[in-house]
Amino acid sequence: MNIQFRENQEAASPLTVKTAIADCDIHPARATRTELYPYLAKRWQHHLEVYGVHAYQGMMEGPPYPKAQPNASRRDAYPPEGGPQGSSLAFMQKQLLDPNNVQLGVLNPLNTGQGIRNHELSAALCSAINDWQIDKWTSKDKRLKASIVVGNEDGLSAAAEIRERAGDKNFVQVLLLSRNVEPLGQRRYWPIYQAAEEAGLPVGVHAFGFGGNPITPSGWPSYYIEEMVGHSQCQQSALASLVLEGVFERFPKLKMVMIEAGFGWAPSLAWRLDKTWQRLRSEVPHVKRPPSEYIREQVWWTTQPMEDPESREDLFDVIKWIGWDRLLFATDYPHWDYDEPSRVLPAGVSEANREAFYLGNAKKLYGVS
Amino acid sequence: MASLIAGGVDCDVHPAVPHLTSLLPYLNDYWRDQVTTRGMVDLVSQSYPQNSPITARPDWRPEQGKPGESVADMQRHVLDPFQLKHAICNPIYGVQMVFSEDMQAAFCRALNDWLAKEWLDRDARLRGSIVIPTQSVEKAVAEIERCALDKRFVQVLMLVMGDTPLGKRALWPIYETAERLELPVGIHAGSAYHNPPTAVGWGSYHIEDYVGQAQAFQTQLTSLIVEGVFAKYPRLKMVLLESGVSWISPYLWRLHKFWRGVRMETPWVDRAPLEIVRSNIRFSLQPFDAPPEPQTLIRLFDHMQSDELVLFSTDYPHWQFDGQDALPEGLSPDLVRKIMIDNPHATYPRLK
Repeated sequence: MNIQFRENQEAASPLTVKTAIADCDIHPARATRTELYPYLAKRWQHHLEVYGVHAYQGMMEGPPYPKAQPNASRRDAYPPEGGPQGSSLAFMQKQLLDPNNVQLGVLNPLNTGQGIRNHELSAALCSAINDWQIDKWTSKDKRLKASIVVGNEDGLSAAAEIRERAGDKNFVQVLLLSRNVEPLGQRRYWPIYQAAEEAGLPVGVHAFGFGGNPITPSGWPSYYIEEMVGHSQCQQSALASLVLEGVFERFPKLKMVMIEAGFGWAPSLAWRLDKTWQRLRSEVPHVKRPPSEYIREQVWWTTQPMEDPESREDLFDVIKWIGWDRLLFATDYPHWDYDEPSRVLPAGVSEANREAFYLGNAKKLYGVS
Repeated sequence: MASLIAGGVDCDVHPAVPHLTSLLPYLNDYWRDQVTTRGMVDLVSQSYPQNSPITARPDWRPEQGKPGESVADMQRHVLDPFQLKHAICNPIYGVQMVFSEDMQAAFCRALNDWLAKEWLDRDARLRGSIVIPTQSVEKAVAEIERCALDKRFVQVLMLVMGDTPLGKRALWPIYETAERLELPVGIHAGSAYHNPPTAVGWGSYHIEDYVGQAQAFQTQLTSLIVEGVFAKYPRLKMVLLESGVSWISPYLWRLHKFWRGVRMETPWVDRAPLEIVRSNIRFSLQPFDAPPEPQTLIRLFDHMQSDELVLFSTDYPHWQFDGQDALPEGLSPDLVRKIMIDNPHATYPRLK
């Protein structure tokens, strides 16, 4: 939530170093409109100046539903040197990484080259943002790791981008968004999963994106809150598609991370999939095992925005049903619905589960020591 | 399984229209001529292909015709063995799929008249839902008012996936009418297929559409709550039919968190979403989408923090359970009584 934080003086003291954590959802931003130009061919610089970006939604600038805050970000996260929230490494270090003792921070750049109707431009922008992540962020702070952003609607060029970056230790995952032209299990996206599996990289599916489909299966709603809550329904439909199209069966080493869409829905979805599959499995013979088994073995969830029921026992039930080994702590910095590390997990969690939740699961999944 | 008790109310049974031609006697000359001259075919929705395993239990499938098309079968399969006092008929016939509001209105009217004559007249235990032409709010209101004169109609029926989100203000006259006439609005699984059946586009499979119903219900509940339907019509009850139930609590935790964060966007939502659900929303029992473990079931009901949310249903003739096992194991006798008798009566004033 959008709370004004006081500067944390204690963090500087070696006597009060906090337990190390991983933050699996950090959003780095560009300080200026043209910050990517050095990584783009002249042709695309010209294109952007003349035509701009045409996403699968009507607005030339900004989101279709106005956010609750400028840039959907904390008002205290503007860097002192100027630029939007999340655009300064120095300020991110000071506000997020150092005081919270973030040992691993996974970058998920948004508003990049994804969800764009011109697929060539999409590929060029994604490649540029990947170079930019190294230059501006991961090469300058070894705690930070990048995500390979790929042009989501063209599976072949996306796979080429993954293969080009494979083996580069700056990158720990491939990044997709949940909303695309088709549900994520569809064959047009399979080259992405194949390349990711070959590269040994998890595929993160971050809430959001544009694919031209209304964010409810009954048309466009009115409010930003409906879009926000709706991301978890989109994520559920995307995951159901991945299971039912047989993506996990076909790519058994593929690992998927559901990012920023909550996790409370996961047990119910898995139960519903299992129950329905019992009845209708003859339609999908390529789904050989109960859906919940694929989900249990091949899917992880980032925590923010954490579900916070009145009773912590309710939360613990849901986490137990998902598995304590499947959750990856995330703050969503610098966005307004940021989860503060010290406050998200109630008391009553074993030391081993707490360590797995905050750090261990992420290090293991992303192969970072 | 928990034991059934006699005198219950089955809130979701599906009498089947044998064929579009079965409605001809209930259409006027113009529409009868349209159906025959244009060679219109039966309106079977992709949501329930006739031979899909989910569409009918094997032992509830007739040798000929559609599952659920015979009153005698429904009596033999559910009304008698489950010792029901009432069963609420929710016809799931594809009238919502047509695009002309005039045609939709004619078909809805015919469907409602067909239900009264072919079903409600034949078994005094049966009650009906009023199917409405949602594309025209004016015609929908007129159809509700017309049918409501027959007290055996106890609810208004809409599909969970239509042309617009259900909370949209344009639809409010429907809710105003329903509240005034003491008719809950039932929202049933299924799509008019005027939008892709998931919020991320068209999937490949029937199973995907069926699993996706739960996500559709979630988005509609958000729409109904944040648009302020229940602030404007506080006595209006809505019943989510064939929606699944295990998603309710985690969904509400999330909605609640965001409502706290951005309630300035919808200041008319003056109660927490969970409170609104407790007072205004009900859910039918089947399909009960949780594992068959009493321990899990008990926790799921604890999460709901209410024993008033769930209404008994068999979802006849859909295949959700076998034998008489409509009630999942682990329900206490008190809760069974609430689910089978008290909650339905508290929800449907016209059952009195």
